Amino acid sequence: MESASHHSYRKGKNVLMQLVTLACALLTIIPLFLIFFHLLRSGFGSLNLAFFTHLPRPVGEPGGGMANAIVGTLVLLGLATVLGVPFGVFGGVYLAEYASRRVAWIIRFTADILNGVPSIIWGMAVYALVVLRMKGFSVLAGGIVLGMMMIPMVLRTTEEVLLLVPSGYREAALALGISRWRTVCSIIVRTALKAIVTGLLLSLARVAGETAPLLFTAFGNSVWSHHLSDPIAALPLQIFTFAIAPYDDWHRQAWAGALVLLLMITLINIVVRLLTRDRFAK
Amino acid sequence: MGRWASVPPASAGPFQNLGMKTKDPGGDAGFSQDTGVKSPWDSIFKWFTFLMAMSVIALIFLVGYELFKSSRLSISKFGWRFLVSSDWDPVAEQFGALPFIFGTLVSSLIALIIAVPLSIGTALYLTELAPVWVRAPLAFLVQLLSAVPSVILGLWGIFVMVPWLRENLFPWLRSAFGFSPLFQGPIYGVSILAGGIIIAIMILPIITSVSREIIRSVPGLQREAAYALGATRWEVTRIAVLSYAKKGLFGAVILGLGRALGETMAVTMVIGNRPEIAKSLFAPGYTLASVVANEFAEATTEIYLHALFEIGLVLLGVTVLVNALAQLLLRAFGGSGVKA
Repeated sequence: MESASHHSYRKGKNVLMQLVTLACALLTIIPLFLIFFHLLRSGFGSLNLAFFTHLPRPVGEPGGGMANAIVGTLVLLGLATVLGVPFGVFGGVYLAEYASRRVAWIIRFTADILNGVPSIIWGMAVYALVVLRMKGFSVLAGGIVLGMMMIPMVLRTTEEVLLLVPSGYREAALALGISRWRTVCSIIVRTALKAIVTGLLLSLARVAGETAPLLFTAFGNSVWSHHLSDPIAALPLQIFTFAIAPYDDWHRQAWAGALVLLLMITLINIVVRLLTRDRFAK
Repeated sequence: MGRWASVPPASAGPFQNLGMKTKDPGGDAGFSQDTGVKSPWDSIFKWFTFLMAMSVIALIFLVGYELFKSSRLSISKFGWRFLVSSDWDPVAEQFGALPFIFGTLVSSLIALIIAVPLSIGTALYLTELAPVWVRAPLAFLVQLLSAVPSVILGLWGIFVMVPWLRENLFPWLRSAFGFSPLFQGPIYGVSILAGGIIIAIMILPIITSVSREIIRSVPGLQREAAYALGATRWEVTRIAVLSYAKKGLFGAVILGLGRALGETMAVTMVIGNRPEIAKSLFAPGYTLASVVANEFAEATTEIYLHALFEIGLVLLGVTVLVNALAQLLLRAFGGSGVKA
């Protein structure tokens, strides 16, 4: 027989541990609220139309904006998508539809390791690979580095969602006399398309805030870039430059830039969440 | 061949939430290689996707090769001394990575000490102990935290966290634990401890979400058996869940370590960037990743650039090993690996 006091000890411990883990959860998300709070407080006041339409001003001249950095981030993301996504999506198709078990294991393992390679390392490699060869920082180098970082992420998410397509779809298509590659492209990938796009958006949200790999590839500037071989500004770079400079004006701009960047990324995350609410992707 | 020959069970990775809940009803359908109508495009398409998939293998070798090639001057000049020397003098062209290795290890260790209990506690709360209606919104908030870019965290670190540490937490730590050399010396705010705290915030979400997946994959029967013995909810968690998931949780921690070692922007902004090996946690430090971020663009001599590339090579080697270990542990636990 269990004594009453031991029983209440066990119940008390149960409640205590629930509270302890609740405290852990609160401590984990407190930084999130603090960051949003300070971003809104310090960034919102510096947001105005000029922020979205003007170029940065030199030190000492108040005003100016980050128009070129906002456009630069979008250009780099677009370029990264064009360069990286075909590798990721078709590589994922190979893993899900064709690869033998062992080959799939090796590729998956490598992709997971690549996802853990620090972003600054990607920047150094692309510096050696592209910047040194082209003899200058460029839009192209920035797009290449972000594109490379997207490949393993997109590949893994594509594979996972393709594996969720019921195999009955494959059988039915083949039974109708459709060739295998058409089955893959028109039936299986079509079925999972929405989920593939969701994975793609998540990887875009992840590279959108990357700074370290752009430091010595896209490099940043304070004018408009017109060629793929020019350096180009990006929001994260601009935030970094302004944050570590000793000028109050620039700090305000950095907060505003951070607010815009975080809103962009949060927006993508919310879209993803809405997309994944539906039970089945069409 | 793979999918066409025998259908593997639907993956139970962390992407179940991508909106496709359908499980494979067919099971092993047993196609032979020759099923279906032949088209010349079949093999072309297959080889095309094969090449695309091989790009990840090519990438890892490419990255390693480029770093190695670009650091050969430094490797041949300093040899192994590079790893144990603490001279970092670009003017005299003497380079040793020890202060950066030290700073990286210490800041990552601090981060793990803070983040591991918090994130495993959070994961337990999210999966086992929280009321059901709390779970999904809370998990979404954790996911949002993981979406905050490093540079924004660094901005917040410079202007909010570091001043607070300087005015409040550090003086308190010094008066409470000042007997230990770890908490002695002048307080600047920017410090190896500040770096560790900011890394902890960065890796909290990943350890939490991977641990959550691990705990979720613990079979329900385990829990039911413990409940049947009259265990309380916490006892079920401790006996049936935690001990079962130990290895996987260890994998999650190692994965977090891998992220911590390579964290760059936020750390660079708060760690003080001074290549010193100091006893005090209040002293500024420097990490492998932040020295590259800071000095790469201004490396004027060739040997300087090569030394920085060698630092990158060291960092690459360490993170690849740590991540490989983490993935093996997670796979041994039964998952298909974790991307996040």
